[in-house]
Amino acid sequence: MLSDHTVSILIFAGIDVIMALSFYLPASAGQLSAGQGGFMALGAYTAAYLTVQHGTPFPLALAAGGLVGGLVGLAVGFPALRLRGLYLVLVTFGFGEMVRVLFLNAPAFGGPAGFAGIPPATTIWHVLGLLIVLVYFFTRLSGSRMGRAFAALRDDEAAAEAMGVNSTYVKLAAFAAGGVIAGLGGALYAHYTLFIDPEAFGVGRSLFVMLYAVFGGLASFWGAVVGAAILSVLPELLRWVKDWREILYGLLVLAMMLVRPQGLLDATVLARFSLRGERAAARG
Amino acid sequence: MSEPLLAVDGLSRSFGKLVVLSKLDLRVESGGIHAIIGPNGAGKTTFFNLVTGALRPDGGHIRFGGSEIGDLPSYRRTALGICRTFQNIRLFGSMTVLENVLLGLHCRTHGGLLSPLLGVPFRRPQTEVSARERAEEILELVGLAGNAWRPAIELPYGEQRRLEIARALASAPQLLLLDEPSAGMNTQETIELEALIEQVNRRGVTILLIEHKMSLVMKLSQVVTVLNFGQKIAEGAPRAIQRDARVIEAYLGAE
Repeated sequence: MLSDHTVSILIFAGIDVIMALSFYLPASAGQLSAGQGGFMALGAYTAAYLTVQHGTPFPLALAAGGLVGGLVGLAVGFPALRLRGLYLVLVTFGFGEMVRVLFLNAPAFGGPAGFAGIPPATTIWHVLGLLIVLVYFFTRLSGSRMGRAFAALRDDEAAAEAMGVNSTYVKLAAFAAGGVIAGLGGALYAHYTLFIDPEAFGVGRSLFVMLYAVFGGLASFWGAVVGAAILSVLPELLRWVKDWREILYGLLVLAMMLVRPQGLLDATVLARFSLRGERAAARG
Repeated sequence: MSEPLLAVDGLSRSFGKLVVLSKLDLRVESGGIHAIIGPNGAGKTTFFNLVTGALRPDGGHIRFGGSEIGDLPSYRRTALGICRTFQNIRLFGSMTVLENVLLGLHCRTHGGLLSPLLGVPFRRPQTEVSARERAEEILELVGLAGNAWRPAIELPYGEQRRLEIARALASAPQLLLLDEPSAGMNTQETIELEALIEQVNRRGVTILLIEHKMSLVMKLSQVVTVLNFGQKIAEGAPRAIQRDARVIEAYLGAE
């Protein structure tokens, strides 16, 4: 069987993939969020608080983490209705920082000292199970009414509205769903690391989540999956360069973005593996 | 006389100090083809933007099928039966031809964000199957069958314009607004477009069209409205409009 070390790498990689998907969902509707770490924090703290203080069963705590992430996602979606592009990035970034500072100043959640004593509950099967559900969901979303509405909104918002898409509803739904996924990711994270502090969910987290998805390519959710998996495991593969690890990591990402600014998986690659599924199925 | 399909009263809109549309009254009768012509900057596209809800009027009323729609958002107007094409083609660039038409069916189909998780795994849901059938029928109608899986932006220019019409038709409009549908088309493409517009009209879709090609306007429309500097300067049958002194003046300039 796999060593504990390998399992731990896989669990963290799996959570990174979940987080990258939480960024991809609103991004597929043209809504760029630099605050996914904030939703992750909300899910992590909610679930951890419930299991530690109330002895809530893990599945329920997990669901609560997703729910809180979703509700707050809905709330963050409202300012997003009026903002676009860089302005939206800045507002969501501000949201992420706000959440971090909130937990930093909340004694009930341990403040800067962090929240410890979380019972171990997350296994590789929980992570794998959620990933399978998400992959199934995203595969079917791309050929569905809502999936097309997302893409339409990203391509041309005014044209989408003229064709009957309620952009308010679609944007809020995208933000809320991204919040649910990030909240679930946070809850899984907390019950694996068993200790969380606000710094784990700061700007760095939000930016890495964004990097994973962009590195993989935004043409399909597979980009987020592949990008997060590679960049999450890469530091392990680079152990042999010792002190140079982070520099090499940065150089590799930089080189990649220079060579393939559209990300690893662009339309050509997707077509070769018929990863969009839909088109290949309908041709055949 | 029966209630007009679209009735606009005192419609005004300015951009800063520039008055683009000034107290416009206009009636579009159900079932016909109605053309709006006028020099550039006459307010034609602004009028379309006001009717579809892309812009809000400064004043005036817009009634569709007898009810006031001036305060409704765009997507509600589409659901009521008003849809449009754009002067500068605005297809969804990341989508295939078929997906563009399927998006047009948005307000005629159901399914929320959770529906991908419901239903039989690995089987396309029934709503999606029937939506695709409908979309393929519409592609057939506009002569784009066989192009369903091509990326929309790969189509030649004239076919992109047809696809815009197909996408709008998918929303099952009662009133279809075409904004310079023949712009950039050659003679052959224009003749095919005329046939398509007539065919769509025969299916019971009322058509309101902005157009610069007078041959097309003369051939297709029963009523022509002429705008100049945001005001209606003439309205009537195409032949009469062609001889109207004010229209000639607007187009050729006064001596």
